Amino acid sequence: MSAAGGRAASAPLVGRESEPTIFELSRPGRTSYQLPTSGLEEPGLDELVPPEHRRSEPVPLAEVSERDLVGHITRLSHRQYSVDLGAYPLGSCTMKYNPKVCDAVAALAGLSEVHPAAPAELAQGWLATLAELERALCELAGMAAATLQPAAGAAGELTGLLLMRAYDEARGERRRRVIIPDSAHGTNPASVTLGGYEVTTVKSDERGCVDVGALRQVLDDDVAGMMLTNPNTLGLFEEDIVEIADAVHEVGGLMYYDGANLNAILGVVRPGDMGVDIVHLNLHKTFATPHGGGGPGAGPVAVAEHLADFLPGPRALRLEPAGPDDPPRYGWATPARSIGRVHGWHGNALVLARALAYIEVHGRDGLLRVAERAVLNANWLRRRLAGTLAVPFDRPCMHEVVFSAAPVHKRTGASAHDVAKGLIDEGFHPPTVAFPLIVDDALMVEPTETESYETLVALAEAIERVVARAERHELADAPTTTPVRRVDEARAARTLIPTFDARR
Amino acid sequence: MPDYLPHTDEDITAMLEFLGLASLDELFAAVPAALRLTRDLALEAGLPEPDVLARARARGRANRAAELICFAGAGAYDHEVPPVVRQLASRSEFVTAYTPYQPEVAQGGLQAIFEFQTMVSRLFGLPIANASLYDGASALVEAVNLAVGATGRHRVLVSAGVHPNWRAVLATFAAGTGHQLVEVPLVEGRSDWSAAGPEEAGAVVVGYPNYLGCLEDLGAARAAADARGALLAVTADPVAAGILKSPGEWGADVAVGEGQPFGTPLGFGGPYLGLFACTSAHVRRLPGRLVGETVDADGKLAYVTTLRAREQDIRRERATSNVCTNQTLIALTAAIHLGWLGTAGLADVATRCARGAQHCRRGLLALDGVQPLTGTTPTVREFALGLPVPAAVVQARLADEGFLAGVALDQLVGEDGDGSVGAEEAPNALLVSVTERRNRTEIDRFVAAFDKALR
Repeated sequence: MSAAGGRAASAPLVGRESEPTIFELSRPGRTSYQLPTSGLEEPGLDELVPPEHRRSEPVPLAEVSERDLVGHITRLSHRQYSVDLGAYPLGSCTMKYNPKVCDAVAALAGLSEVHPAAPAELAQGWLATLAELERALCELAGMAAATLQPAAGAAGELTGLLLMRAYDEARGERRRRVIIPDSAHGTNPASVTLGGYEVTTVKSDERGCVDVGALRQVLDDDVAGMMLTNPNTLGLFEEDIVEIADAVHEVGGLMYYDGANLNAILGVVRPGDMGVDIVHLNLHKTFATPHGGGGPGAGPVAVAEHLADFLPGPRALRLEPAGPDDPPRYGWATPARSIGRVHGWHGNALVLARALAYIEVHGRDGLLRVAERAVLNANWLRRRLAGTLAVPFDRPCMHEVVFSAAPVHKRTGASAHDVAKGLIDEGFHPPTVAFPLIVDDALMVEPTETESYETLVALAEAIERVVARAERHELADAPTTTPVRRVDEARAARTLIPTFDARR
Repeated sequence: MPDYLPHTDEDITAMLEFLGLASLDELFAAVPAALRLTRDLALEAGLPEPDVLARARARGRANRAAELICFAGAGAYDHEVPPVVRQLASRSEFVTAYTPYQPEVAQGGLQAIFEFQTMVSRLFGLPIANASLYDGASALVEAVNLAVGATGRHRVLVSAGVHPNWRAVLATFAAGTGHQLVEVPLVEGRSDWSAAGPEEAGAVVVGYPNYLGCLEDLGAARAAADARGALLAVTADPVAAGILKSPGEWGADVAVGEGQPFGTPLGFGGPYLGLFACTSAHVRRLPGRLVGETVDADGKLAYVTTLRAREQDIRRERATSNVCTNQTLIALTAAIHLGWLGTAGLADVATRCARGAQHCRRGLLALDGVQPLTGTTPTVREFALGLPVPAAVVQARLADEGFLAGVALDQLVGEDGDGSVGAEEAPNALLVSVTERRNRTEIDRFVAAFDKALR
């Protein structure tokens, strides 16, 4: 077999010297900025700002040359793992390869240099982009209409809960509870609280899926709805989804689908066909827009027909052309019973443009292949590593597989956390650790569809070596190859230093 | 067929064999057959990259606004994005990473955010700044949640000088949290706190400058907050902050802002950057992520996300906020941009904007029938005008002359107006903004074209 390219083992993380902060690199009088030629008269600040409003000293930033700035940021970039460097099997985050063509689209001046308050006639290309993306996302989700405003998955969740609330109020009700499984992402319960609801948790059964019996016990006419991730955070498809959705609908509740794991089912099965009423989609995950070190993402919310009237506005809509030969025109419209805006403008527009490019380049055929290959890769790893780590729910998974290091922990004292740190020394980003909460010593692995067979083999072998090191009690010091060794998180919280100025 | 998937046919056959499966379709056996999509998605087949790019370029050409000389602002500004910032912020190590759950392999991003937090703290004159929120509007929502949580009072006084879209977002989320929002009207561009009633409140929210460009009396806002037992939350323009007294110096408890002017293009409104800073008293209620300094196992300086006990993955329904993914890359961009501007550059940009705005305002106010909308209240980098004709008409005429004339206020506040712009003024009201990118020739040509457009 040829060598695997998915490891960062040859990365230029040179040496173990600290990089000074930009404030330490600063020397008074050094500059890098340049302003365009102005030709304006140059009145002083006393003619521009009344004295009681003027600051006495400039804001002390840093004073560095452009060359020093470039060196500083470039050195920082060498201290950062990324998808472009190597495999990043961080479960639930869908760290797939980000096609560069999408970056090129977002960099086009025709898109990036448009003011968000430009009149619709002057921004027809943007309105077309948004309308096209809405249509594509609705087709993928099996929904009727969508808002593109939410800036991230959690913002989408809260938007969805407010839609639930508006729907409730419109039918003269005031339901108080929302049900979430114990395997749900932490943002789900936090969003429920901010939506003005109380959380009712329903446990998973021995198969790792929602316990339908337990669900029926907590369902009554005080339940506004249920939030469900499917495939769930264990990487398992909720096989009873139809029964679950029917049970929730029977008490008058709505089904909310957390689209964090949509990558597994693109073109295979659609939330709308599962009986879902509201869906949020994480474009930075499924549509690779990319993750940006923790955002910007985008979390559009798509809904079934009966909720379309409540969506945030304005939405970009395709208008009827004046005549049969006229080009399509686009305009803004706010739904009649809209819950209102959820973003200062139109959402993370350049992220949305990237997602549309991703959908266009893949197409209906390519998106289905994405799901198939993602599920193939995860299942191959599940089978390959079943003798190395425990598989608490050992049946075919979807796009990700949750292992447990609990037996290793018990035998050797090395936890999932230790295994993760050991894997760093092997040149891989670790899986998600200690989540979902219902699995002891969880290691959640999502290889994604863009990793090759060779990379999967290399990852599996690396995990096997790390577990072998655990048996020899060699993991306590890991990682040893990184710019810093294991970081003292407790101390950071105990002695808070959140700025350079707090450093003493 | 173009795609990014590395699997050869041999790979797929071998992998399926390893799994004991006969086809890829069998991977989805857990999906009930009745639910399976039995047709193709109603999307086109995949297109080659050059075709996708060509299509995006065509959409770009349909955005006439991209070609116009920009005098529009209202929270989104046409500032210079220098090549060095664009390039550094495009480094794929930053672009294709995720949340630094493993700090040992994320020191680069973590340190950049630590530097960002320091810069925002200094800019706003407050000791704590977080790692960013989605945009200015979401930062305001979180500021109000913090204030209500800290005071236990749900009544919130919001100046009509706070950006109308931000107020709209605040109102949307208040449906869930139950905050009672009270709009405080403007008189000559300044908040009239006496109109608010004396009841206790959780927060007083005011813009500095406000969205009409006016310098509010923050001393009066502070007094209005103190009289009602409220925290003072200031929505601050981070560029004007380069020459204005900081919110912290005025006594703000929380300052939020829109960080787009620091290296991020207009981008039709996003992704932008929510700036958030507060006093030390509220650090445990801080929304979003926070990077802190610590040491590694060898005692060496290291960075890590901290006070994690506030966050949803630990506290779940009792978390201080639901924000998880934020705008890290845009925060990093802002840190690079502020590093490039430096101490002198930020003040110079703010001064240049103020000079251009003053020159432009004088020119426009000399035209027949053009009135200031905010009396004699001082403005810094943008200003609101009452025109003798509908603002939309002027916008359309000036677009034909090559200018984006500003933001028509009825687009923001609606035809009926609000506490900032009345129903009679709204259709003819225009908000004009000038950045350091506008030179004298452009401004003078704009004023001349504006004169023609009014006739």
